[in-house]
Amino acid sequence: MSLARAEPTMPEEHYLNSERGLWSWLTTQDHKRVGVMFLVAVLLMFLLGGCYALALRLELLTPEETVMGRLAYNRAFTVHGVVMVWLFLIPSIPTAFGNFLLPLMIGARDVAFPRLNLASFYLYVLGAALTLWAMLQGGVDTGWTFYTPYSTATGTDVMPVLLGVFVVGFSTIITGLNFITTVHTMRAPGVGWMRLPLFVWAIYGTSIIQVLATPVLGMVLVLVALERVAGVGLFDPARGGDPLLYQHLFWFYSHPAVYIMILPGMGVISEAVSVFSRKNPFSYRVLVWSTVGIAFVGFLTWGHHMFVSGQSTFGAGAFSVLSMLVAIFTALKIFTWLSTMYRGSIWVCTPFVYVLGFIFLLFFGGMSGVAVAVTSADLHWHDTYFVVAHFHFIMVGASLMAFLGALHYWFPKMFGRRYPEGLGVGTAVLIIFGFIATFLPQFLLGNQGMPRRYADYPEHFQPLHVASTAGASLLGFGFLIVAIYLGWALLHGAAAGRNPWESRGFEWYSASPPPESNFHEPPAFPHGPHDYARPGIEPEVGHAL
Amino acid sequence: MSELLRRLLFLPRQASTLASRVDDIHFFIILTTFVVGAGIGLTGFVFLLRYRRRQAHALTPHIEAPAWLEGLYISVPLAFFLLWGALGYRDYVWARTPPADALDVYVMGKQWMWKFAYPDGPGEVGVLHVPAGRPVRVLITSRDVIHSFYVPAFRLKMDALPGRYTETWFEAVRPGRYPVLCAEYCGVDHSRMRAEVVVLAPEAFEAWRARHKTQPAPGPGQVPELAMGVGARGPLAEQGRVVATRMGCFQCHTVDGTPHIGPTWRGLYLRDEPLASGGHIRADVAYLTESMMDPQAKLVAGFEPVMPSFQGRLSAADVAALVEYIQSLRPERPVPPAAQEPRYEPRAR
Ligand code: HEM
Ligand SMILES: [Cu+2]
Repeated sequence: MSLARAEPTMPEEHYLNSERGLWSWLTTQDHKRVGVMFLVAVLLMFLLGGCYALALRLELLTPEETVMGRLAYNRAFTVHGVVMVWLFLIPSIPTAFGNFLLPLMIGARDVAFPRLNLASFYLYVLGAALTLWAMLQGGVDTGWTFYTPYSTATGTDVMPVLLGVFVVGFSTIITGLNFITTVHTMRAPGVGWMRLPLFVWAIYGTSIIQVLATPVLGMVLVLVALERVAGVGLFDPARGGDPLLYQHLFWFYSHPAVYIMILPGMGVISEAVSVFSRKNPFSYRVLVWSTVGIAFVGFLTWGHHMFVSGQSTFGAGAFSVLSMLVAIFTALKIFTWLSTMYRGSIWVCTPFVYVLGFIFLLFFGGMSGVAVAVTSADLHWHDTYFVVAHFHFIMVGASLMAFLGALHYWFPKMFGRRYPEGLGVGTAVLIIFGFIATFLPQFLLGNQGMPRRYADYPEHFQPLHVASTAGASLLGFGFLIVAIYLGWALLHGAAAGRNPWESRGFEWYSASPPPESNFHEPPAFPHGPHDYARPGIEPEVGHAL
Repeated sequence: MSELLRRLLFLPRQASTLASRVDDIHFFIILTTFVVGAGIGLTGFVFLLRYRRRQAHALTPHIEAPAWLEGLYISVPLAFFLLWGALGYRDYVWARTPPADALDVYVMGKQWMWKFAYPDGPGEVGVLHVPAGRPVRVLITSRDVIHSFYVPAFRLKMDALPGRYTETWFEAVRPGRYPVLCAEYCGVDHSRMRAEVVVLAPEAFEAWRARHKTQPAPGPGQVPELAMGVGARGPLAEQGRVVATRMGCFQCHTVDGTPHIGPTWRGLYLRDEPLASGGHIRADVAYLTESMMDPQAKLVAGFEPVMPSFQGRLSAADVAALVEYIQSLRPERPVPPAAQEPRYEPRAR
């Protein structure tokens, strides 16, 4: 018996093997299994949206037609947008990692409504199926924003997609309600509000936005459907309707929705910065209150999508100022994360590379957001590739980095195994590099005057498009490597042990993978979730540096 | 300095008085961003080196941000953001307030072309002539879905909405030709919805205007194409063009392939035209002649019955010249089959 090389072993029984068979998964009420099913579903959606992204980039390689015609291009960017926004980014972190981790992080046995949780998954699958079915039936060419009057007039079949997104919205609302109730009622003794892990705060804030904003989306989708089917004339000027009304309603949901996409990612980063610096957050209260602030002020800025739409000059000024306020909360978080590293003990492993990438890219994505919120500058940038680059920096550069960071950070917790660390770090660097190569040229394209949603374009835009397409292939290659080594690790990775990162987070108190009921006995958390100033529970073996 | 930045950032040459204002705030924001970004990157890098993990179970000091530092983290960026917002808003108000003495032009977006008109003059498709050094107020609307009138060189953009007018203005600083794009997604040919602003020196503009008050403007791209066509078909075709100009045919027909109020003449000869009453007809000489004399007899699908009859107004020689001219307008390459484009049509009540 060589204790010195004691390989940490997997616990005998855990949620993955406690019951067997497909049916036990499909009828499960275990939040962890629901989380894993969501993880699989959103990864499939990411794959689909990613394939479309590569096809779009390929088409843009040359000014004229490259691989598809204009109508096909318009349909492809619509599929890409709808899938990425509604079927991947919005559900991704909350449903996959939120479901898995939230109860563990507050010491609960499950979420408040386990059956509803499963129902939420099936609603998501139903909505996704409807949407994709419609896309396969020839497709829709409205873009993910469904702007009227185009969406009420186009000959393509918009209705099933509206219905699909509507159903997915219900899934979102249910999950949000479930999380809010869970956080309010199921915290273990000693887990007060100001002792909640920061990821829980982020998911809580996100849930509030989801519950308040998503019904507006549902409503506006119904209105578009009514307009198409019954011709009620809400948006049709020929009948006294207002074409701008749609944009107001849509962005009233969709601006908060962009924070649904990023807040959970910020939660992941708040956790990971602390764990991998082995430091308490520089200011816990700043990270909490900025989350609340974003959730609140995010509702007041929708008009910045409409500076050139013909809205009043005064309105534009007001929305510009309000947008500046929401940007501050992000700036605060960035400074706080950076300061958290100060006098820490920093371990640069795969999740932390994603953290660094996240912070840097969020900075540029956020600053370009401020730039387009400057009313006069937006006269030039609105609806150009500058905006495309801006929101991809945030949605891909930040949200997706956070998703990958979360996947790598919690992979040992979820599956009890480790992946090859060197490969992880290398690929993370490759992905960040590929990302920059893809989207940095798009800022310049926007400056040059290239409008978005163009299937072909004047020749002088080509060099930057070529650069962007080259970057995209690098990026796609990076994702492929991640898929390969994580798939390998799932089957053959070394056993991870309970707490391979030496985290003080509450979720690591249970075994990895956790048992079916999360904790064998009611958990007691002797210190806060981000406390590295005092000795705590140590893992079975120290990690290699 | 700012010329260098403009080149580095791939911005088009500034061609309006608005452009330099927009660019200046742009440069201010970009420079600040890069300075702060470099600061963040450098700080992170130094921390990575300085506080690298050296020992597995290390404990770290508990550090809480002092309130004054939190205050600094809030107030410094906020001050910058509000400053940018205020400077930008000043220019935005300026850009949305046309001077009283501005020259008016009308812009109409339509799937998929831009039409321009002066209050007192004829319309143009795809080309807008304006004078340099004089404010021009642009009144914009749309006939179908939302479009967006975008002139990158002017840093100017304004949506075209069906059922209402939006307005903006610009003052071009130097003669030249500047692309107009559509920036709001509007269907299959969104990316082809392009036009041009031709900025003329003031005298040249006045001369152009005097000429075109009486004469309808030819369609876009007509001149070079005509040269080609005429070379092939001889002087009779040229005479046909003159007749067409005199009779005002170009108010409704183009010769560059864009459908306008009427079908384009480009490639019309021997084309199979779908009829409003169903069926097709080959646009041969007989059909062309009939269409001039009794346009409503065989109406092409998708067009309004608005063409007046030219019975008695065209001599036999005129008709021959016109037919010859239309025959000369061959497309360089075969016209691709029309896409199954979605179309916005106000529903029947
Ligand atoms: C932090 C998370 C953020 C996310 C996820 C995000 C995401 C997005 C997305 C998806 C769009 C494009 C919407 C479309 O398809 O038209 C967009 C546009 C925009 N964003 Fe952001 N954004 C974020 C932060 C910010 C910030 C901090 C600001 C300003 C202070 C900002 C200002 C804008 C503006 C003004 C537009 C509209 C630009 C235009 O269309 O001209 N964003 N953002
Ligand atoms: Cu358009």
